Amino acid sequence: MGEAIAFYVIAACILGFAVLVISTKDTVHSVLFLVLDFLFVAALYVLLGAQFLAAIQILVYAGGIVVLYLFVVMLVNLKRPPEAHADPHRKTMLGFGLAAAVLAELAAVAVYSANVPARPIVEAAAVPVTGNTEVVGWMLYTSYLIPFEIASMLLLVAMIGAIVLAKREL
Amino acid sequence: MVDLFVIPLLKIVIVLNATLVAVSYLVLLERKVIAWAQSRLGPMRVGPYGILQPIADAVKLMIKEDITPARADKWVFTAAPIISMVPALIVYAVIPFGPVVNLFGRHVSLYIADINVGLLYIVSVASVGVYGIILAGYASNSKFPLLASLRASAQLISYEVAVTLTLVSVILMSGSLSMVSIVRAQESSHLWYAFAQPLAFVIFIIGSLAETNRAPFDMPEAEQELTGGFHTEYSGMRFALFFLAEYANMIVVSSVATTLFLGGWLRPFPNVALLGFLDIVPSWTWFLIKSFFFLYVFIWIRATLPRYRYDQLMRIGWKVLIPMAIANLLVTGILKVVFM
Amino acid sequence: MFDTNELVLNMGPQHPSTHGVLRVVLRLDGEKVVDADVVIGYLHRGIEKLSENRNWTQIILLTDRMDYVAAATNNVGYCETVEKLMAIEVPRRARYVRTILCELQRIASHCLWVGTHAMDIGAMTVFLYAFRERELILDLFEEFCGARLTYNSMRIGGLPLDLPPGWDKKVLQFCDIMESKVTEYEELLTHNRIWRERTKGIGLISGADAVALGLSGPPLRGSGVPRDVRKDEPYAAYDEMQFDVPVGTAGDTYDRYLVRMEEFRQSIRIIRQATEGIPEGPIVGKVPRLIKPAAGETYHAIESPKGELGYFIVSDGKSTNPYRFRVRPPSFCNLQGLRPLIKGHLIADVVALIGSLDVVLGEVDR
Repeated sequence: MGEAIAFYVIAACILGFAVLVISTKDTVHSVLFLVLDFLFVAALYVLLGAQFLAAIQILVYAGGIVVLYLFVVMLVNLKRPPEAHADPHRKTMLGFGLAAAVLAELAAVAVYSANVPARPIVEAAAVPVTGNTEVVGWMLYTSYLIPFEIASMLLLVAMIGAIVLAKREL
Repeated sequence: MVDLFVIPLLKIVIVLNATLVAVSYLVLLERKVIAWAQSRLGPMRVGPYGILQPIADAVKLMIKEDITPARADKWVFTAAPIISMVPALIVYAVIPFGPVVNLFGRHVSLYIADINVGLLYIVSVASVGVYGIILAGYASNSKFPLLASLRASAQLISYEVAVTLTLVSVILMSGSLSMVSIVRAQESSHLWYAFAQPLAFVIFIIGSLAETNRAPFDMPEAEQELTGGFHTEYSGMRFALFFLAEYANMIVVSSVATTLFLGGWLRPFPNVALLGFLDIVPSWTWFLIKSFFFLYVFIWIRATLPRYRYDQLMRIGWKVLIPMAIANLLVTGILKVVFM
Repeated sequence: MFDTNELVLNMGPQHPSTHGVLRVVLRLDGEKVVDADVVIGYLHRGIEKLSENRNWTQIILLTDRMDYVAAATNNVGYCETVEKLMAIEVPRRARYVRTILCELQRIASHCLWVGTHAMDIGAMTVFLYAFRERELILDLFEEFCGARLTYNSMRIGGLPLDLPPGWDKKVLQFCDIMESKVTEYEELLTHNRIWRERTKGIGLISGADAVALGLSGPPLRGSGVPRDVRKDEPYAAYDEMQFDVPVGTAGDTYDRYLVRMEEFRQSIRIIRQATEGIPEGPIVGKVPRLIKPAAGETYHAIESPKGELGYFIVSDGKSTNPYRFRVRPPSFCNLQGLRPLIKGHLIADVVALIGSLDVVLGEVDR
């Protein structure tokens, strides 16, 4: 009962802030609403029992990635007043059409999964450790090792690319 | 019912109040310690030996005129000092001041909460604190404070990486992310992690000096003489909040260092029965003594050392501390596998 | 994102780190200083013009206020110039006392230098320690002539007062204290890694360039040129003293720092010799009642703590005022080095460099 209330409140906040992200005129405010969104998503993770993921969400997303978004937005924002962000060429009908298509696809997926029985992703007994962080660690380093390594390779490539682009002389 | 609501609420009230008083008296302590290091006395007039100085400062700052720049973003301008201060305070939810004790017939734990990702919670909350600085510079609506705030936050983010890597070494040693378990692990392994992981300890101290913008890494604060730092436009209570947030961060860092590296609430040699007489000092007093030691060392360092230039600061963070932290992690991991 | 135009930054006349009312207009490319325009004159009081309406003894008061950090040195330089023009012989006791006072001033000036230089770079404690020792020197001066900053402690031909009894013992005590304190400053700074990183390689200048720019004093000696007026053209009692002149090698801020730290010790050495060997005798020479030099001009230089302090005076023989009184202040010439030296360094190095050149605006602007 309490969980349901908490879920609906958090979900309402998430949706509300998400709408504010795209509707507010000031870009910096938009990014700040995004941060709030991420914090509420982290709360949702805690509700689901994924505390490790919640902390990582705040640490990496809200505390790292969005900070860099904010750097860029602030440095670019210095020159353009908020009014310049209103686009007279905005194609409203195309936007509505695409949003309706996505909604239809989501509805189709929901109907499909309601008719097909759910399979457990992971056999709970197969993992010899308990505790949220430990289970995540175990899965990451045994069943999902290759995607993990590929992800870290991707990050390394991105870092090197950023350094090469930013340096004036190597 | 009482256990679920009243006791945690009581703990929160006590911890928050104690922290805020501690922060204001830390300012006095710094002024006194630096003064004594410089052959002078520090504040002496307000109250006996200057004891009431923080109260005078607080009253002065509260009755100052509240100036907001005309074209600044009002919401962001007001929110920035709050965003700076709040993470420093909510970290105290997971810091253990002592074990479970018997108080008035109840078992009361001397910490507000023991979550299984306590250390990760601390790190993630600290990373949110960076927003206060960035938004303060932005809200001042002029180029120099903005650039100064971006530099200060770049410094914070860089040193966060090194500090987090050292924390991972500690997690490897203790096998758990929960703060209480880390202290218990130090108790059962008969060794404070400052001695088991000396390199991580040193990197943590240096990194936290840079995280809290303290000397010798306080160039963003000093360069304000030249280019106007991120809190140029702030006055009165808002400025006080920034100022207090810096000292609150110092206390947080000292508390975390105490818990992770100096055995938290444990007395020296907790497993040696011969030194049992040391138990008259309660556990939370040991915690406070150790935190105080760190604070004193931070203030001492500020009185003694010159400050690094910004590029030298960043070079140390990226080219010295991070490789050393990674190497330490590697060695810890290898040794753990070999000896387990 | 950033425009690559240059940014103009004004380190205004009111600034905590410019050691007086100095204005430096920096042109920056990002963090690097591309050019620096040094604007002076904010402390101009017209000392040279005022001197034309004062008689020769009254000008001593004005000279105090040029390099107000080391006032006795200014007095000595001026009096010696007039004595040179009038060919007055100063008794040996007076010359010894002048030497002691000059060297005490050198220590006091270097105390202020080390305190402010260290504080600009962030080591705030050295400032308090250095001023504590400077207070001891000011107490000695107060006992001698009654003033702490602007002494008026010389007269043409000698000194106005003889030393109070017991003063020389206090000076020797001070020397002992000072030696241990200099070691204290060096412990805090010389081998400190942060200090070295902030001062090594900053403001490099070669010996030839330093001579071409007209630098003098520690900025010149830090670049390897062994020029010291006390050795090359001895005045007061320096020809009877034994001391070394520290000379640097690299010509950067660190070497200038080392030169001045060693000058502390050499000054203590000179003071000890002079105090222990001070002869008895008159304190002022044979001077006419009215000081009216014959028509002529002369130039005389001494080694002030900042560098070579020179006085050029022209007398027309008819009036009791000088016809022209011109000062060659060392800080003015050293400040010329700021512009070429700062190019290519970062903003944070500007204050380190100004501190390293040790300028006093009272001298620069007069």
